[in-house]
Amino acid sequence: MMAEDDQGIRLTQEQQKKRRSRSIAIALALVALVVLFYAVTIVKLGPGVMDRAL
Amino acid sequence: MSLVERQDTIGQDTAVWDGGMGSVGDYVSLLKPRVMSLVIFTAFVGLMLAPGTVHPVLGAVAILCIAIGAGASGALNMWYDADIDEIMTRTQKRPIPAGKVTREEAFAFGMTLSIGSVVTLGLLVNWFAGAFLAFTIFFYVVVYTMWLKRSTPQNIVIGGAAGAFPPMVGWASVTGSVSLESFVLFLIIFMWTPPHFWALALFKSGDYRAAGVPMLPVVAGETSTRHHILVYSLLLAPIGVAPFLLGFASPVYGAAAAFLGLAFVALAGDVWRKREGDAARQACIRLFKFSIFYLFLLFAILLAESLIVGA
Repeated sequence: MMAEDDQGIRLTQEQQKKRRSRSIAIALALVALVVLFYAVTIVKLGPGVMDRAL
Repeated sequence: MSLVERQDTIGQDTAVWDGGMGSVGDYVSLLKPRVMSLVIFTAFVGLMLAPGTVHPVLGAVAILCIAIGAGASGALNMWYDADIDEIMTRTQKRPIPAGKVTREEAFAFGMTLSIGSVVTLGLLVNWFAGAFLAFTIFFYVVVYTMWLKRSTPQNIVIGGAAGAFPPMVGWASVTGSVSLESFVLFLIIFMWTPPHFWALALFKSGDYRAAGVPMLPVVAGETSTRHHILVYSLLLAPIGVAPFLLGFASPVYGAAAAFLGLAFVALAGDVWRKREGDAARQACIRLFKFSIFYLFLLFAILLAESLIVGA
């Protein structure tokens, strides 16, 4: 495994904890964006969302 | 640089990074939530006053994008001003001077939200509003923060335009254009900003002097600042009544705006008269606090009238 000779950045426990909470916030923001774009698509297209010429 | 090479306890080379210490709350603080709340409110009033209708979901998207865009401007402002924020007592606890967020992180955060809010507003609402929001962010970050703030005592007069654009962006979200009415909303905030900030600068001038920011009291002196506050208040009072005079607000608004304008001028007169000691300081604080109440009430009445008419 690489871990033994890893000379990269070592995050402290505090940094890892903060990163986790930020990651959760980013995930929630992305989910909110998906919901937002879905809702706007429905609002803009309405029933036409299924009306697609082949 | 935020990376430091060092040897750990077993003699192995490792890199220590002083970034990544910001909590979600620190990133929220970068958005200047209090400024954001004023932006949300004024943009909402612009959106509600605009002729025509917008679907509530699209209206909410517009307000969200304007709010995020304003927050992004705040983050970019803190990125650029980190050196002076460190000196001024009012700003020392902000995330960058407090060592919670690095400048690079604040810049990346601000840029991501700027682009995201502009593109989302353009794609989902309309591109005129999106472009207007981009211009507002540019004006606040580049014209005000990077250029005017450190170079001229007129910084907040011209820079105040950035804070005055949100109702126009809200309006543009509905109509896809600007109009005289939305320009009047802009003008009210534009003329309100200098006396509001100069009242603050008068009792915080030591802070600005220490940081080398050429605020009017620092450069032109306190007497000149008091003259400026009085003149701008005299100009603001009639502009506050303009929505009634131009026919897009009721006589109730007109009477309230006239009364509030007179009170504003009276408090500015108080600042002009009282120049020494605690009485002078109290007069500045009173004007500063009243100015917030003034702007809130004018826009609240406009909003209430638009809701009543729309009901």
